[in-house]
Amino acid sequence: MKSICKQRLMALSGDEAVAHAVKQSDVDVVAAYPITPQTIIVEKFGEYVANGEVQTEFVCTESEHSALAACLAASVMGARTFTASASAGLALMHEMLFVTSGSRAPVVMAIANRALSAPLNIHGDQSDSMAERDSGWIQVYVENSQEAYDSIIQAFRIAEDVGVLLPIIVGLDGFTLSHSLENVKVLEDDAVKKFVGIRQLPNVLTHEGKSVPFRLDPDNPMTMGPIAFPNYYFEFKRQQDEAMKNALGLIQEVNSEFAELCGRGYGNGLVEAYHLVDAEVAVVCVGSTAGTLKTVVDSLRNEGVKAGLLRLRTFRPLPVEEIRSALASVKAVAVMDKSLSFGGNGGAVFHEVRHALYDVDDRPYVVNYVYGLGGRDVNPRELRGVFEDLQGILRTRRVANLVRYLGLRE
Amino acid sequence: MTNQEWKFTTKDIAEKPDLFTSGHRACAGCGPATVLRLIMKATRGPTIVTEATGCMEVVSSIYPYTSWAVPWLHTAFETAAANASGIEAALKVMKRKGRLKQEHVDVLAFAGDGGTYDIGLQALSGAVERGHDFLFVLYDNEAYMNTGIQRSGGTPLGAATSTTPAGSVLPGKLEHKKPIAEIMLAHEMPYVATASPYYWKDMLTKVRKGLEVDGPAFLHVFAPCPRGWRSDPAKSIEYSKLAVESCVFPLWESVNGICQLSVPSKLVALAPQKKKSVSEYMQGQGRFRHLFTPQNKNLLEEIQRMTDEKWQRLLKKCQTEKT
Amino acid sequence: MTSREKSWKEIAPAGVCSKSSIEFLTGDWKTYMPVRDVEKCTLCLTCVLFCPDGAIRWRPEKGDIEFDYSYCKGCGICANECPTKAITMKLEKE
Repeated sequence: MKSICKQRLMALSGDEAVAHAVKQSDVDVVAAYPITPQTIIVEKFGEYVANGEVQTEFVCTESEHSALAACLAASVMGARTFTASASAGLALMHEMLFVTSGSRAPVVMAIANRALSAPLNIHGDQSDSMAERDSGWIQVYVENSQEAYDSIIQAFRIAEDVGVLLPIIVGLDGFTLSHSLENVKVLEDDAVKKFVGIRQLPNVLTHEGKSVPFRLDPDNPMTMGPIAFPNYYFEFKRQQDEAMKNALGLIQEVNSEFAELCGRGYGNGLVEAYHLVDAEVAVVCVGSTAGTLKTVVDSLRNEGVKAGLLRLRTFRPLPVEEIRSALASVKAVAVMDKSLSFGGNGGAVFHEVRHALYDVDDRPYVVNYVYGLGGRDVNPRELRGVFEDLQGILRTRRVANLVRYLGLRE
Repeated sequence: MTNQEWKFTTKDIAEKPDLFTSGHRACAGCGPATVLRLIMKATRGPTIVTEATGCMEVVSSIYPYTSWAVPWLHTAFETAAANASGIEAALKVMKRKGRLKQEHVDVLAFAGDGGTYDIGLQALSGAVERGHDFLFVLYDNEAYMNTGIQRSGGTPLGAATSTTPAGSVLPGKLEHKKPIAEIMLAHEMPYVATASPYYWKDMLTKVRKGLEVDGPAFLHVFAPCPRGWRSDPAKSIEYSKLAVESCVFPLWESVNGICQLSVPSKLVALAPQKKKSVSEYMQGQGRFRHLFTPQNKNLLEEIQRMTDEKWQRLLKKCQTEKT
Repeated sequence: MTSREKSWKEIAPAGVCSKSSIEFLTGDWKTYMPVRDVEKCTLCLTCVLFCPDGAIRWRPEKGDIEFDYSYCKGCGICANECPTKAITMKLEKE
């Protein structure tokens, strides 16, 4: 077995880990606007630029909307681009998220997940990127700063693959991950540069009748961003959906390749199953709370409870097959949502996991726990309570409330 | 800024290939179409164009057809200047990393009054403040024409639009035309100019100056719209002449903040008796027709008075800044 | 939808345009068409410059201009701007 590459330990917060990964990934253009709790990413990057540590063109745009527009334009020039945002900033980019994915520009964006106004709240929840789940961006959520670092590096490979060519969001929980110092193993510059490689471009047929690399190039003019009437638009959208399907396989491949390189894989890249093989009660979670849940599962297992955890690492594309197979033995599932779809009878992750499980034979009970909105903390005792509720459901064969609010003052 | 004097004749321009090609779906007599076609002939190449959503963007890029013989990008309504920033940043870094074939590529952004005065103003101001090397051309037809002639910040006082119609109570738009070129001037940017397609030589010289300048350049071009103005399509170029002769749209340029009147407006200044009235300019434009009724007499006079005042202020400004 | 429209698998991604608009003839838009009196024309090329559609071309090899009626929309700018009034707009006969 090949030995893993040389790495060194650094104390980095999630934001710093992201910035470090961007520094090493031979990024061409970073256009960004600061917003808590992503600010450290752009500040760190500003330091790298000021000290000549990167060759990247750093554009401090006057808003997030312009930041993404600039990244999109740079990306269709063939440049490798990165940006970061959160909360209101991501919301402001909303229009451009669709334009970016529709333009098939592989922009990589870190989102330090934060609550949306009103009222104003700077703390962590996932409502910002959950609200963008229809935008055609791949979405990967990380559990810790190490994974944030690793996933940014992987993100360039995933997004730029010519079979995918979609922009990607890497979500890390605001403050919990963005600002907490952790041990992060970082690779050597050369190893990262080699892994991300040079950006490959597919060939497209232009109006000049030439098949040329897909970028703005005076030698091979092409027109990007046309108006497509009803007799054409639908086909472009179908192409995007196909690209998402291709991403399912590619994310797994990149995860394996990365694991071979440095010894760290995250489940199969799409989902991470923890003690699920014979689990009867399980929690599905996105993001850093999975870390706390793992310790809760450990102590429950010690007590003989067949408890398990499914961490959904990739939310878009939705890994339906993996969700079904991971939860095959489970009889009662609690899906955690750090966001809420108002009036939708629960949160986004709940809706989608329930949808994924609808067609299985002998489907389990699936209930929703909305928690942590606006950065409200959740503790092991409360999470343990979730498993106890699931056990109660199995005992009574009854679901009292399909959607519950964990940690809310009722 | 280079002092290169670009010498060209009518034949030189006529012989240059159309980079904004025939077959676009602009209305018959479209002022902006003539403006874009001529401006593209003045480019020195290689050029990358980015454009905001609007008339010219839509008519020239109806999938699968394109009227652009140069690389062209459209993303959204607000983003002409933000796109230009991204393209320019990419060019810079590609050159730095040794991946750019060309020695230099001009970045040219087009936007209508919507994508400049209003929804696009933020991105434009930001891009200029950051000093990106690009030329931003505003083709001003004085309303959101593509979506049905709604008022914009560039719609002049008294003009009827679909959101400021001339009704029984209100006489069209009550607000003044935003002084966009002066706003850009206040950014202390290397080059700002106004142009009008009738005076095509002046316009194209300014385009070249804007492209050649190192840093951001802004060109405000007057572009009549027969559909929105309810005017004779045959007269679009004529109106662009009348606008200058009546001082409704004076021509000037500013190099590093020093303002100079351009020849067509200089001629008006030198022969004030030949200056045309705003009424003469407005005749035949359906959007101003209501101003010729008795109840709007005061408004028409007000418009004439303000036009004259603005003209005098401009004259004074250019006088005092004579180099 | 005609049978020659391409499927989602066949078209270039992201809507990269596949045809020049030169293939789209706008000449059938016009009601009036410009007719030039060669005697009066001084070949100043004003009409060539001002045509919004590039439908009047200067042909240096012929030393003359030509009107491309397959694009001309009949706006009349050429007739209006011609300094010698060499162009008149005439009703296009079918």
